[in-house]
Amino acid sequence: MEDQSSWSKGIEPPPLRSAGGSEEGDVGFADKRITATEREEEDVVGGVHGGVLDCFDDDEGADIFTSAVSPSEVKSRISPDVPSLQLGGDSSRSNGMEAQMFDTSPDDADDLFAEATEEVSLESPEMPAVRPSDKAPTITPVSNTAKSVLNPDATNTPAAADQGARKLVSFRKTSEEVEESSGDTFDLHISVTDPEKVGEGMSAYMAYKVNTKTTLAMFSQKNYSVKRRFSDFLGLHEKLTDKHAHVGLIVPPAPEKSVIGMTKVKVGKEDPSSVEFLERRRSALERYLQRTSKHPTLMQDPDFRDFLEKDELPRAVNTQAFSGAGILRMVTKAADAVNKMTIKINESDLWFEEKQQQFDCLDQQLRKLHIGIESLVGHRKELSTSSAAFAKSTAMLGSSEDNTALARALSQLAEVEERVEQLHAEQCDADLYLFGELIADYIRLLSSIKAVFDQRGKCWQRWQDSQSMLLKKREAEAKLQWVNKPDKLQQAKEEIHEWEGKVEQGESEFELISKTIRKELSRFEKNRVKDFKNIIIQYIESLINTQQQLIKYWEAFLPEAKAIA
Amino acid sequence: MGEEPSPVELEAFAMQRSAPFGGARPYEPAMMECVDDDDGNNGNGVKTSDEDKVAADRQPLQIDISDALSEKEKVKFTVHTTTTLPHFKKRESSVVRDHEEFTWLHNVYVENKDYAGIIIPPAPPCPDFDTSREKLQQLGEGEATMTKEEFAKMKQELEAEYLAIFKKTVVAHEVFLCRLAEHPVLGMDSNLQVFLEYEQELGVRGKNVKERLGDFLRGFVKTADELLIVGVKDTDDFFEKEKNFILEYHGRVKDSANRADRMTRALKDIAEDYSYISYAFCLLATHETGSLHRFFENASEMFEKYRKLQNRVASDQDLKLSDLLKYYARDTQAAKDLLYRRTRAQLDTDGATKGLERARLRGREIQVAEALQETTFRTFETISSTARKELAEFKQRRVAAFRKNLIETAELEMKHARTSLQVLTNVLANLKER
Repeated sequence: MEDQSSWSKGIEPPPLRSAGGSEEGDVGFADKRITATEREEEDVVGGVHGGVLDCFDDDEGADIFTSAVSPSEVKSRISPDVPSLQLGGDSSRSNGMEAQMFDTSPDDADDLFAEATEEVSLESPEMPAVRPSDKAPTITPVSNTAKSVLNPDATNTPAAADQGARKLVSFRKTSEEVEESSGDTFDLHISVTDPEKVGEGMSAYMAYKVNTKTTLAMFSQKNYSVKRRFSDFLGLHEKLTDKHAHVGLIVPPAPEKSVIGMTKVKVGKEDPSSVEFLERRRSALERYLQRTSKHPTLMQDPDFRDFLEKDELPRAVNTQAFSGAGILRMVTKAADAVNKMTIKINESDLWFEEKQQQFDCLDQQLRKLHIGIESLVGHRKELSTSSAAFAKSTAMLGSSEDNTALARALSQLAEVEERVEQLHAEQCDADLYLFGELIADYIRLLSSIKAVFDQRGKCWQRWQDSQSMLLKKREAEAKLQWVNKPDKLQQAKEEIHEWEGKVEQGESEFELISKTIRKELSRFEKNRVKDFKNIIIQYIESLINTQQQLIKYWEAFLPEAKAIA
Repeated sequence: MGEEPSPVELEAFAMQRSAPFGGARPYEPAMMECVDDDDGNNGNGVKTSDEDKVAADRQPLQIDISDALSEKEKVKFTVHTTTTLPHFKKRESSVVRDHEEFTWLHNVYVENKDYAGIIIPPAPPCPDFDTSREKLQQLGEGEATMTKEEFAKMKQELEAEYLAIFKKTVVAHEVFLCRLAEHPVLGMDSNLQVFLEYEQELGVRGKNVKERLGDFLRGFVKTADELLIVGVKDTDDFFEKEKNFILEYHGRVKDSANRADRMTRALKDIAEDYSYISYAFCLLATHETGSLHRFFENASEMFEKYRKLQNRVASDQDLKLSDLLKYYARDTQAAKDLLYRRTRAQLDTDGATKGLERARLRGREIQVAEALQETTFRTFETISSTARKELAEFKQRRVAAFRKNLIETAELEMKHARTSLQVLTNVLANLKER
């Protein structure tokens, strides 16, 4: 039984504790610098879900720290900047960290570590609704000045790094304490419960209760409970996408529509498949809201807040498949599909290309895994039903058996099998909801990521278009110079100016979106790593539970079998 | 129970010793009736030569299938006999028989009127390698699309499956012969001797179309008769009760057998799924770096191990539960057949009695009628008395087999669950500490 797994490919994991590498591939700069304290970091990360370390993950803080440590190091890395906020399992704590982040602003470029200590001293962080997007424009100038300030200190870099490391450690510790003390101060717990059928016939729909529990200052109350229907969720997703997707934020995808599922529910069939459908949808909606709430930017979106708070929302008619907006969407999608094929960014940054390939690969593999899991779920269900059937027939057999001991043993066997059936049904649920749905979520998320990459592509295209337009205008101006038509020349100059501005804007937008994507992706990676680990652990725990129960049941049966005379 | 090596270990043992598709030494027969002593002890597992000698002293006729070869469409069994019986030419002999010859032997017994009162051991089922063959074909076709490792793995699995089916069929044939051998009457049959000793091929061809059609029609008649019998109330309480019991039991045991089969198949499917999932994780692992890479690798290995365990659970369940039930479905059918023959004999006797009365009335052919009545009556009486014994033995046998197999089922389930638990907990601890 201790066979070698034939799947083991004997690939050695990359060296763990080198100066440059760390366990978390893309975790980011801050981790990599702190060689001496990596072990501590691991513990802390484990304990506090990495929320602590990521306090530096705000735009400015991160950039400042990056620059502070070593400009040369920064250049040598193709890797991304310090990752954005990682919002792991405990949303309360992470949100606590977030709060702190939004508060800090990098005014004092010189004393970067003063920055750190300042953050440390924040005992009861408030939560002003500051939007990171506001600070975005200030990033570049700050880090530039920071860089210039530090260049003369290049020789001091190692020392600075250590200092930073030490300060970071201390920061971590203190923030940990802060977090623990602040406890529930920044939680945003969302759950989706109680699907209720409203209406009758084909115009019926399911209303879900969305319960929010929060102590965040931006909400006016501590508890909300509102009724929403599926199209409301889709509407929210639409709004968020419209607002944020084009700057490169990964907007979590909403659950899919399902005509078949909903029709069954509408018609009123109370069979197990429609029950399962509702449960799947409910948990998908819940996960959707939770994932959106964990995104630092999206969480603060007023539309999101409205969704959670307002009693009545305007019907999101645009989400219907056959509405005008729906058809427009389909057309746009088709057009996009065509365009996507033609946009190939002349990539100066290989990182993006690598990432895209990586995600394509990941997508394929996740799909494969998902197929396996769905198949597992199906077969587990079959096992459950066939165990039940077997139990029944065994009971019947026991009742016709005339040897009393054997009869009793057979009926005991029937009971065991019934319990086993129950067990398998539960395991099946675990298979499905723990494992399968998460993988499905990630597959959908990956398509969101693809969309984000496409947005970047579009942005680049726009920039390139502006550049070529500028070129044309310049040529036109040059021509006009020869012809000597003053008024046209003036106009041409104005146009050139206009297009120069557009080119600049295009470039900065492109830079911005690239940066945002980097941040988003590293956040995504962190979450992914954590999610997968958690899910696998939870799944194994469920399997363990099943095996333990099995042992118990069969142990109870054995004496009965032995008692047969 | 501790003495018996578990099927798992025996399998490993056999696999070490034998070439893949031939020469598999069967492990203990699923139904432990082979080395049944007269005092009712259940025998042990793999026979050693010492045991053979000891057993031979108590058991006049010892049969085992020492070798089996699978060729194309057929399986050839090497039947090895050790005997102290005087009418056998040699003390030991070895012949090669194929499945059709077993079927012939069974028919010979069934058609022998002398054995009408005996439950004839059910014939071994035809070896069914169809599913394996299909899969092998699929594998061959898909060879181009799979990686070398995947292919090798699937081939290995397929071979293991083939081997398992192979072993089962060997065991089934052996059990059949053993039961015949140990029966005081059936074991003395001359046809059995021919089967065991005659070194040439028996020249038994499978039934041709006409004969098969004849069988088919006879089957109909039989079913009609059976229905008739069900209606006829037996004067003898014992047999009436037995009849009702057997009829009901037969239906239910067949039902259980089918459902157990379904369960086993679902388990096997699940094991396959885990194999696929393990592979998917392996793929995922290759593209990851850092801790997630290790994580996925561990997960992949774990699923692979878990899958193997689940497969074991499935095959053990198959052996201990499904096969048990299937065998007893067939055995109960044989008992049903016995009851049918007896009732047939009874009806014949009744008919002969009526004939005698009519003959007496007419005053003609009285002697003939008398003779007929007497023979039928005697047949009926013989059948009845042997039937009583046989049915009692059937009960005993059944209870013993169920007991053994249920105990083994429970023990194996616990064993596998414990091993799985061990594997899972280890992996969990490993993963958590990262």
